[in-house]
Parts: sequence; structure tokens; C-alpha cells
Amino acid sequence: MSLTFTLDGKTIPFEDGQTIIQAAGKAGVFIPHLCYHPEFKPHGSCKLCTVKVNGRHTASCTMRAMPGMVVESDTEEINAERRALTQMLFVEGNHFCPSCEKSGNCQLQATAYHLGMMSPHYDHFFPNRPVDASHPEVLLDFNRCILCSLCVRASRDVDGKNVFALSGRGIKTHLIVNARSGQLGDTDFTLADKAAQVCPVGVILRKRQGFAVPIGERKYDKAPIAETVTEGK
Amino acid sequence: MTYQLETAQHPKPLRRVAIDPVSRVEGHGKVTILLDDQNKVHQVRLHIVEFRGFEKFIQGRPYWEVPVMVQRLCGICPVSHHLAASKALDVIVGAKKLTPAAEKLRRLMHYGQMLQSHALHFFHLCSPDLLFGFDSDVTRRNIVGVAMAHPEIAKQGVLLRKFGQEVIRVTAGKRVHGTGAVPGGMNKSLTVAERDELLKDIYHIVQWSRDAVSLIQKVHTQDPGLYNSFGIFRSNFMSLVGHNGDLDFYHGTLRARDDNGKLIFDHLDYQNYNQVIEEEVRSWSYMKFPYIRAIGKEHGWYKVGPLARVQNCNQISTPFAERERKEFVDYAGGTPMHAPLAYHWTRMIEMLHAAEVIKELLHDDDLLSDDLMVEGERQMEGVGVIEAPRGTLFHHYQVDENDVITMANLIVSTTNNNQAMNEAIRHVARRYLHGREVTEGLLNHIEVAIRAFDPCLSCATHALGKMPLEVELLDVEGNRVHSLSRS
Repeated sequence: MSLTFTLDGKTIPFEDGQTIIQAAGKAGVFIPHLCYHPEFKPHGSCKLCTVKVNGRHTASCTMRAMPGMVVESDTEEINAERRALTQMLFVEGNHFCPSCEKSGNCQLQATAYHLGMMSPHYDHFFPNRPVDASHPEVLLDFNRCILCSLCVRASRDVDGKNVFALSGRGIKTHLIVNARSGQLGDTDFTLADKAAQVCPVGVILRKRQGFAVPIGERKYDKAPIAETVTEGK
Repeated sequence: MTYQLETAQHPKPLRRVAIDPVSRVEGHGKVTILLDDQNKVHQVRLHIVEFRGFEKFIQGRPYWEVPVMVQRLCGICPVSHHLAASKALDVIVGAKKLTPAAEKLRRLMHYGQMLQSHALHFFHLCSPDLLFGFDSDVTRRNIVGVAMAHPEIAKQGVLLRKFGQEVIRVTAGKRVHGTGAVPGGMNKSLTVAERDELLKDIYHIVQWSRDAVSLIQKVHTQDPGLYNSFGIFRSNFMSLVGHNGDLDFYHGTLRARDDNGKLIFDHLDYQNYNQVIEEEVRSWSYMKFPYIRAIGKEHGWYKVGPLARVQNCNQISTPFAERERKEFVDYAGGTPMHAPLAYHWTRMIEMLHAAEVIKELLHDDDLLSDDLMVEGERQMEGVGVIEAPRGTLFHHYQVDENDVITMANLIVSTTNNNQAMNEAIRHVARRYLHGREVTEGLLNHIEVAIRAFDPCLSCATHALGKMPLEVELLDVEGNRVHSLSRS
């Protein structure tokens, strides 16, 4: 007998050990997320994927699916909370979509569109975060970091290099580079690293390639995020 | 340095009239006028009070981001900044010569912009003044009034602009603030469907542009007493000129002439612009005052834009526009025309030229090619110059070895016309305001003179002709004596 739970009234099959977001993705149901990536262990930090399970809030990327669970995701209440979280991410960093080369390919931007975010709502922090252009092939623009830690996990778990880490606590948490100088140019990071491929926003960028893809042909020009991000895609 | 009516000798007892903001122009500017008890004019200044931090805040950013970022300077002619920055960065990436496809696509984008910007300015912003009179009924002096009295003209104005915006959309990806040009080339070519869609309309566009030239020529020549003298001042003038001295909005070398049309410099590689152009700062405006270094501050200022370009070139490469240029030159009588209202006439000649060039380009299969990018030996510094709708636009960047911008200098078109616009409004103030009671109609004369230059403080505030204009008359103590407002 197959295992199932319900997600917004729809029956979702799952295999033992799968999380809610994994099972939903496999069934073609989109749950907004930023720090979750199907190839990596869940981090549970961005909270965008929060759902209600039997009436209680929980991160769907860390909660294992159980038979008979009643999960709510695409509701006005939960989407309002997700929208507020997204707005906070926008104001904590410097996310200037109009001149950002990741526009159209950015998961944060696409999520904001998906959630109907029409304004930042909160006061901007305008943090002072210079770029790290020391690497010959890769630019780091910390202004756009949302602390998803995907680069940390990729560099540690796949590349075996530990190039990135999150440092500090609470609101002072920030991305650092594991080099005495703190500069990416002084690490063994390369464009072939998995960590160079996973940034959902515009922090880790291949140099001299910005805006090479015309408007209309970028990832989220072709289809909104709800239609592009499911398990394994 | 002293210019007539720039600074009153004894300003304290004078009354101050301010037009703040100047409207039907983009951004924020104001005019202040100092009058004595008999309403005699003692001082007139056009102040640009907007502060643009672009030169500073692009420092520290990667160079390939700049063409997309700096175009946010403007919502009317962002393509100018997009392309001027791209041209400067072509130099940085060693792209000495673009592929034919990339250059033609950029040209198409730019000429599309020239068409839409000139159409917007002439039909939406200025035609109410020109068709109804500068002090005509203010409730009628707007684009809706034009639509009611001259529906075909208004419709053509709207559709001309729409076509120009479509040209920009297919080349840059968006009508406003696209991404088409990248250092070293372009990121897209045209599809056959995009080209054919534009080809369907281009013949109307050329014809309507011809009609627009005829319209402004008629308006101008019917009232030479007004149009040849309103706000007139003599000055040097400067622009890019293309191959063989042709009118060219995208590329060329710098040429400047004195007020009699005699060459000051010619064939100047714009990479060396700072050897001939200097900028002066004055305490009362955020906008600098450029001048030709060899002539000096007092007499070295110049005008740019359509009136300068059409009289600076040897010829125009397209037949209809060339015919109109010759008529204009003949009307001027063989010497340079300096009347600010002649900007409108020359602007429409340029719009016609833009339409003709677009037509030619649309028949060129290079637009469909995917050969779009070149690169070469990396440089640390580059200058890009383009003829924007309002005049010569300079972008100058230095980049470090890590690809980050370390220095930026922009001289925007309107800055080049700073002294010229001040001279024009001083002439108008002397002629129309001197000794009279201030009225809305008289103040509009000042704005008509400014608008002739199509300054790029321009665009957003044009709310159907109802300019958000406030005029206050203050006494020496700063108390309000009299005020007029229009909103």
C-alpha cells in the first residue's frame, strides 16, 4: 500500500524518508524555497518553505512526510508570511534588480514575483558590502547574499574545499571566504566547482558574462518559478 | 566671469520670482528671476537642483554592469547612456571594431530612440505651445487640446513614438531600460518576425516624419519675426560628425564651429575629449558649465543638439532629410541659425533622418546575423561618445585589473547646453518680462525657451499640459507678496 499525505487537499504519494518538499516536488507541486536544493542536505534556514502540518508551522524541507499528514501550503496566510520573509531578505541586503545581471535568472526575484511582492515594505538597511573582485574568473557580490549557505554546503560537501562559511550571529551573520586575506583570489576556488553553480541569487558570478542572455530568454522569462522549480530541476 | 543678467549687482532689495519646478522637462530644475520695483529684470538663472550620484556609486562595480546601470539616469533616452557606456567599454575589452551585425543593431536601437524621443518632445511637449501660442488658453495648451483641434497630428505623434519604442524593444528586450548592448557587441539579433513587423509600418513612419517637418517648417516660416528672434543668442556649436562629415548619431569624430560657422576643431578623436573640453563649476547650480578649453570660459561655451548637428554636418546621407536640411540651410541664408525655436525644425529633420535610416537598416540582413561579439586586448580606460537626442553625450571610465570601475566621468547632453539655455531665458526675460506684471502666460515664455532645447531634466512631469508650476514673489525679507500656482 502506497504512502500518501494531503497537500492543500491534493493527495501526494511519498517514499519513506522523503521530506514534504521532496514529495511535493516529485508530484509537481511547488513550495516556495530558497535555501533548499534537491542535491544537498536541507538547511531549514530561509523558512520560505514553511507549511502548516496538522495546523502547526514547520519547514517542509526538514519535516519528513508521514502518512495521513494534512499539509497546508498555498494559503493566503502562509503566502503572506512568505512574502514578509522575502521582503525582509530584500531590505537586509542591497538587491537592485534593475542593474543586477542575475535578473531574470534569480530565484529570490522570481520568488518575490510568485508571492506578489509589490514593494520592499520595510526600511532598507543599505549595508556597506564591497564586492570581492580578486578572483580572475569569479566575482563575489556580497550585497545580494541571502545566507542560504548553498555555496558553503557545495564547497564543503561536494568540492571538498571549504571555501565559504557563514560567520557572525543573528543579524550580523555574513558570508566569508576561507583565506587569510579573506579574498576569493587567494583560494583554490574555480569555475568548475559545484559552489560556483548553486548560488540562487547574484553573489557568485562568472566575470565578464553579465547580460549575455537577452531579455526574453532568461530562465524565469520563459516560465514562472512555480513551473520551473520542482524536484530535480 | 560675468555674463549679462547672470548676477545682479545689488541683489538684496530685489524681488525674487521662482519657477520651481520647471516642468514639461525631466527631473527637477528651477528658474529664478530678480526684479526691482518697476519689474525690471536684474538676474535670471536656470538652476539644475537635481543631484546625480552615478559617477560616484558605479565606482567599485564590475564594468559589464555599467551599461545597464547608468541608463537609469533617464527614462526618456536611456538608450543613449546604454550605448555611450557600451562604446566606452568596447574600448576597455579591446573591441576596436564591432561585427557589422552588432554595429547595425546598435544603430537601429539608437535611431529608434531618436525617433521616439524627438516625437515625444515635439508632439507631446511642445506642439501645444507651437500650435496654439505661448500664452494661449492654458486649459487648451496641452496634448489633449492638440488631439481635439488636430486629431490626425496628435495620432501620428503617438504612433511615431510607439514605433520608436518598438524598435528599442526588439533590439534591447524592453521598451525602457533593456540590455541589448554588452561590452564588445550585442546579446541579441532580430528574428525575421521582429523585422517584418517593423517593416510593415516603416513606410508610414517615414511619411509622417516628412509631414512633421513640413508642419514645423510652416509654423516657423509663417512667423519669422517670432521664430527667428525668440530667445536668440549667438554661440559656438559642437557635435559628432560621421564619415565624410555626414550627420551621424551613433559614431564619428568631434567637430566644433564658432558662431559664424568657422571650424574651431574637426576630426577630433573623442578618446581625447578632455584635451579640448573643460568644465566650470558655479556656486548656484549643480550642473557644470562646459567650454572649449582653447577659447576659455567666457566665450568657449557652446550649444549641442539638433540645431548644432544639422548645421555642423556636411550633408545627411538619406534623401528626404538631406532635402529638408538644404531647405533649412537656405532659409538661414548661408550663415548659422542661432534661434532656439529653430531647434524644433532641425529636430524634425533629424526625426525624418532616423526614420529613413531605420528603413534602410530593416532591409539589411546583417540584422539577422548571430555574429555579435568581438574582443581584443584588454585596456584600462575608455571613452564612449554618442549623439543623444539632446546632444553630445560623453562617458569616460577607468577600470582596474580586477575589472572594477575606479573612475567615471559623464558629460550629459543637457550639461553641454547649460550656458546656452541660460542665455536663451535671459533674452526672453529681457524681451517679455522686463517692466511687466508676471503672468502665467509670460512665465510660459521662459519655459518655451527652455523646452526648445529639450533638456533632459525632461519627461516625467508632463501631466497632460498641466505643469506643476508654482511662482512666488517674495519681498526682501522673504515674505510672500504674490503667488501664482498651477497644478
